[in-house]
Amino acid sequence: MILLILLGVPLFAAALLAFVGDRRLAPEINILGSAATFIAGIGLALQVYEKGPMTAGGEFFFVDAFNVYLAVLTSFVSMTTAIFSRRYMRREREHGRVGHVGMRFYHAMYQLFIFAMLLCLLTNNIGVLWIAMELATLSTVLLVSLYRTPTAIEAAWKYFILCGVGIAQALFGTVLLYFAAEKVLGEGGEALLWTNLSRVSDKLEPTVLSLAFVFLMVGYGTKVGLVPLHNWLPDAHSEGPTPISAVLSGLLLNIALYALVRCKVLVDGSTHTHYAGNIMMGFGLLSILVAAFSLLRQKDIKRMFSYSSIEHMGIATFAFGLGGPIATFGALLHMLVHSLAKSAIFFTVGHASQMHRTQEMDMIKGLFKGNPLVGWGMMFGVMAIVGMPPFGIFTSEFLILTATIKDAPLMTPFLLLGLGVAFAALFRKVQPMVAGEAPPHQRYLKVAHVPVLLHMTLVLVIGLYLPDFLNRWFHTAVELLK
Amino acid sequence: MILRQLAIEIVQVALLIGLSPLFIGWVRMLKCWSQGRSSAGILQPYRDLAKLFAKDVILAENASWIFRFTPYLVFGTAVLAGGIIPILSVDLPLAPTADVIVLVGFFAVARFFTALAGMDIGAAFGGMGSSREMTIASLAEPAMLMSIFTVSLANQSTSLSYIVQVICSGQSVLRPSLAFAFLAFVLITLTETGRIPVDNPSTHLELTMIHEAMILEYSGRHLALIEWAGMMKLSLFVMLGIACFAPWGIASGVGLMEIVTAFIAMTLKLGLVAFGIVLIETGLAKMRLFRLTEFLGTAFLMATLGMLSFYILE
Amino acid sequence: MNLHAIAQINSFLAALVLLTAFAMLVQRRINGLIHLFAWQGLFLSVNTAMIGFVASKHHLYISSLLTLSLKVILLPYILHVLIVRLKIRKEVETIMNIPLTMLIGIILVIFSYHLTAPVRELSSLITRSTLAVALATVMIGLLMMITRKHAVTQIIGFLAMENGLFFAATSATYGMPLVVELGVALDVLIAAFIFGIFFFHIHTTFDSLDVEQMARLKEGD
Repeated sequence: MILLILLGVPLFAAALLAFVGDRRLAPEINILGSAATFIAGIGLALQVYEKGPMTAGGEFFFVDAFNVYLAVLTSFVSMTTAIFSRRYMRREREHGRVGHVGMRFYHAMYQLFIFAMLLCLLTNNIGVLWIAMELATLSTVLLVSLYRTPTAIEAAWKYFILCGVGIAQALFGTVLLYFAAEKVLGEGGEALLWTNLSRVSDKLEPTVLSLAFVFLMVGYGTKVGLVPLHNWLPDAHSEGPTPISAVLSGLLLNIALYALVRCKVLVDGSTHTHYAGNIMMGFGLLSILVAAFSLLRQKDIKRMFSYSSIEHMGIATFAFGLGGPIATFGALLHMLVHSLAKSAIFFTVGHASQMHRTQEMDMIKGLFKGNPLVGWGMMFGVMAIVGMPPFGIFTSEFLILTATIKDAPLMTPFLLLGLGVAFAALFRKVQPMVAGEAPPHQRYLKVAHVPVLLHMTLVLVIGLYLPDFLNRWFHTAVELLK
Repeated sequence: MILRQLAIEIVQVALLIGLSPLFIGWVRMLKCWSQGRSSAGILQPYRDLAKLFAKDVILAENASWIFRFTPYLVFGTAVLAGGIIPILSVDLPLAPTADVIVLVGFFAVARFFTALAGMDIGAAFGGMGSSREMTIASLAEPAMLMSIFTVSLANQSTSLSYIVQVICSGQSVLRPSLAFAFLAFVLITLTETGRIPVDNPSTHLELTMIHEAMILEYSGRHLALIEWAGMMKLSLFVMLGIACFAPWGIASGVGLMEIVTAFIAMTLKLGLVAFGIVLIETGLAKMRLFRLTEFLGTAFLMATLGMLSFYILE
Repeated sequence: MNLHAIAQINSFLAALVLLTAFAMLVQRRINGLIHLFAWQGLFLSVNTAMIGFVASKHHLYISSLLTLSLKVILLPYILHVLIVRLKIRKEVETIMNIPLTMLIGIILVIFSYHLTAPVRELSSLITRSTLAVALATVMIGLLMMITRKHAVTQIIGFLAMENGLFFAATSATYGMPLVVELGVALDVLIAAFIFGIFFFHIHTTFDSLDVEQMARLKEGD
């Protein structure tokens, strides 16, 4: 049924693209596959919307409001990124930065990556969650080093090693979780099913779960990019092809955070204290501050926006850690709009760097004059990402701030400091890039305008008027995350 | 009864004094065979000792009383150590008075005085040998103590006789802590008795001597006593190892049949251990002096792992 | 075979796993590292099979077989082929000297012992005391990755960590459900292929596998 289509299409597309290789139709197949996935995702969401949470495949899959919304988001962004990637990668092919084998590999791994992410979201089994997360990492490792430059290989190696180490810790946490679960639920696969675990969470041993949460936090937190485990992120997101940077920043970080939040719900049910939440708040706040201040020093455009991703993930983690209906609503909304805005930014950044053949911000200038779509796209994107009204991020950050003032007032100055510094840093860096005269080495390109326009419109609309179904969707999710 | 025990004790010490040159002869013979040379016979050490006793003692003019006293001290401590270690029987009269820590102390005293004697005359080689020996000792002593402690922990006593009794009544054979301690003990034995890969016992090349350098100035009966004590030290360490890790066959009382069985068992075990020693000596090369820290660090590590396994796994 | 003897053999194999972990930590030669890794995998698979026999959990036999084929045969073979093809230098340098590394390793063992104390009290399995050894193996693998400057040793440290995790699963819970074990094995296999490919790329680009060469990505230069 729908789940099968949702998961089967990317897998089939991956196999197909591995055969098709670098021929003319490969990008189109990529787009079609992603579109089919998106439609299946919407179908699933409608089903869950009508009937509530459901399990499928003999309790192997579990779909509720929280993960179906992320699934729809994932399939949507991957579809628009596939559209962007068509123009972008063709240009890269012409410049000679990628070869035949590279393109074949790129397309096949792209679809495999989507499959892994969707599996991660939709599975009920915490062990399979881990496996899918690892699969998602592994499928992108070689994509980061696609250009085969020394820096790209270094970035991919760091990504591989650091994420591998992190995720190994998460496996240990999962083992401990299984150990605690076995006592209550008996042995066998049922003890790893999230539905069962959340039902009996107050019977699980608090000491073991606290210990497990530490490992899970370190493990999945590395994948979210929380400081101090973030070293791989700026490198990996800046060295790969831009479509990959977009999906990594926009989607994979969300999914890692999803895994973390699922575990947090279990730990909260067991310990009945704010232990897990406090840990998440600490890491989140640290990430916000470190990322904001690092933004000031960046010279490479993609690196700068990767640090911005770290900061926003820090905000979301902080909000999930804070707990309570307002903060959780804000965090969910934040995951959505950040995804859309950040990928839109990466689309414009990709084209800007292609126009100037460099990623150094000092060399990129005069985008308004040279290519208005790219220039204004970047400008609006940055305005959105720093949280200016009327864009959606303002809404989510405002909600989170409100909740902070109410529940953890002492943290508010730090939060404001981080947001403020990021605002200033990003504007300071972007303003010279968009304004002024176009430099002589700039070249005009035909850009993929649909993705950027679509994303920015959505962010604007969500900021101005949150659609009713979205509102109710989030409320249901908040209830589930109590 | 007590007379019987004393008799056993005296017999044990006498056997140690009398038969340790035989053990060394056996080890040297095996080594020659393994290297494809013809050996000088199993009784050669006796002939060497006899030759040395017949020779004159030559003393330097500025040799102090330490220089003259040390050979007797070294020999004496070796004999005393032989009285504590259960070789033939567990039921030794000296057992309640001394335990493994005292044993380590005996060897330490001997080493201390030998080092002093090496520096006594003021020749360059002696000082070099003493400093090297002390470096090795400072690393080996903790490892040895840790290894012994692990064995004591596992058997809940530091008295050797009691340890042997506990192991003989043997509930558990495969104990990881003892396995680690055994590995550490092997490394320590090689260090303390100056075998390859730590020190070449048959070298007289300047740069490679450690133990030999300290006793380079000795001659005549002094040298004979020190050499004899060295042979006894090897036998003692091997017997200590057998007592701690593989003591089956030892007599628990003073019956004559038991003693004879124990003697035969001990001889067999010593013969086998000689094979092991020769295997190690022929298979490895002597290590650089600076690599010894790693070697002894590994020994310490093994012993500590043994202690940790005791707490973690048992 | 009574339970007591099984518990003893289990402890003994756990001790051997810890020993191989430490031996890998201090080993200087790459071939030696690969052999030690194979031995560690062997001890693990024997242990898993034994536990499967005692606790009548037949899926552990499959896990044991997987470990045997993957970690004792396939991965060492791949590593060996890589070393020969790329003509990698056979010695590894360390960041700090070996006795210090060993000391830190011992501290990590004590630390993991304390960390797993709550689990030990609650568990009723005969393998509960080996969870500390498993966590220690994971941490020693981590230490190995940090203190070595060579890509191959980093990978072996990573694989040693996986070994430790697998061991943790068998000692805390008599093994995870089969689907998880299979998935983890699949991930390890894919990771192995990826790092094989990686080595070729690194070697072609940097002409050596010394990870110190890969330190160009820095802030704001």
